[in-house]
Amino acid sequence: MSSPGEYHDSPLRPYVITRGRSRPTRNTLRVDTLLLADPDRPLPASAGRQERALHRMCVRLLSLAEAAVHLELPVSVVTILASDLVDSGHLQARSGIPAAARPDRELLLEVLHGLRSLR
Amino acid sequence: MVSEACADRYLPETVQQPVKILVVGALGVGKTTLVGSVSEIRPLRTEETMTEAGAGVDRLAGLPDKNTTTVAMDFGRVTLNDRVVLYLFGAPGQRRFWNMWEGLAEGAVGVLVLVDTRRLEDSFEVLDQLELRADTPFAVAVNHFPDTHPHGEEELRRALDLLPTTPVVDCDARDRTSSLDALIALVEHATEDLAAREAAS
Ligand SMILES: Nc1nc2c(ncn2[C@@H]2O[C@H](COP(=O)(O)OP(=O)(O)OP(=O)(O)O)[C@@H](O)[C@H]2O)c(=O)[nH]1
Ligand SMILES: [Mg+2]
Repeated sequence: MSSPGEYHDSPLRPYVITRGRSRPTRNTLRVDTLLLADPDRPLPASAGRQERALHRMCVRLLSLAEAAVHLELPVSVVTILASDLVDSGHLQARSGIPAAARPDRELLLEVLHGLRSLR
Repeated sequence: MVSEACADRYLPETVQQPVKILVVGALGVGKTTLVGSVSEIRPLRTEETMTEAGAGVDRLAGLPDKNTTTVAMDFGRVTLNDRVVLYLFGAPGQRRFWNMWEGLAEGAVGVLVLVDTRRLEDSFEVLDQLELRADTPFAVAVNHFPDTHPHGEEELRRALDLLPTTPVVDCDARDRTSSLDALIALVEHATEDLAAREAAS
């Protein structure tokens, strides 16, 4: 099928990784949600290989999208895995703006000042 | 897994608030270039399989393929201060990718639409769709390629049928300052748009 070390994203694999679910348990996780593992809470022995890899990846702070790229997994799969780990308290999520909302004025001004300072 | 070489992939732990801006536009218009000009990390690429009809999760259920396409999305990152990080997502603007970028646009600061004046008609669809959405602020950034016919701003506004409030800026996506200026114009517009909405409600 695939040679060692090569990444193949077959249609079946994500289904297997996520144990048959196609929807995350929570919908607050977004591509830009920041994830951070709790170092004092090791994963249970039952945790899968991909969950372990995600947990290790989040030893320090990074976004869900970045974790997905580094793990070579689709964002949709990492969303489901991360969602489980947040539910079980093994990952902390710092979320972006909820879908229905928009950044408030204070945050927009922070973004503006940040961008201007980079010029 | 966390080697020395990877150390700079992480954010400072003080960062609490991610925000995002979506960069859309026709094929080859400079989306990846703009993201790369501004990003503090090498732009990253994800590939998702999506069905023509719906979200990318359909295949997870092991459904036999409807019309699946692979869509590549580039993104970059800019840490704005010790609390806020900005993610820039570059996504293709064609109709069949709308499901994906509409999801991405939710909760975003806004959308920057890159336009190539040699192919204005390639931008019509995406602009129509953004005007329909109404709740996401957007700005138009015009990239200049060597064989571009110079367009005056008014001519361009007319050709693209833009609202008077929609910002139009010139942009060289290869240039960091120029790309930052386009993003700044978008965020200024988002700020004004929010104030106008709050005043109206
Ligand atoms: N002159 C000029 N060239 C540009 C500009 N932006 C991008 N380019 C060039 O245009 C080509 C395409 O740029 P990309 O950034 O790959 O475009 P893209 O929108 O990401 O393309 P796809 O992802 O394939 O749709 C590259 O060769 C860039 O160097 C610009 O503002 N001015
Ligand atoms: Mg590109």
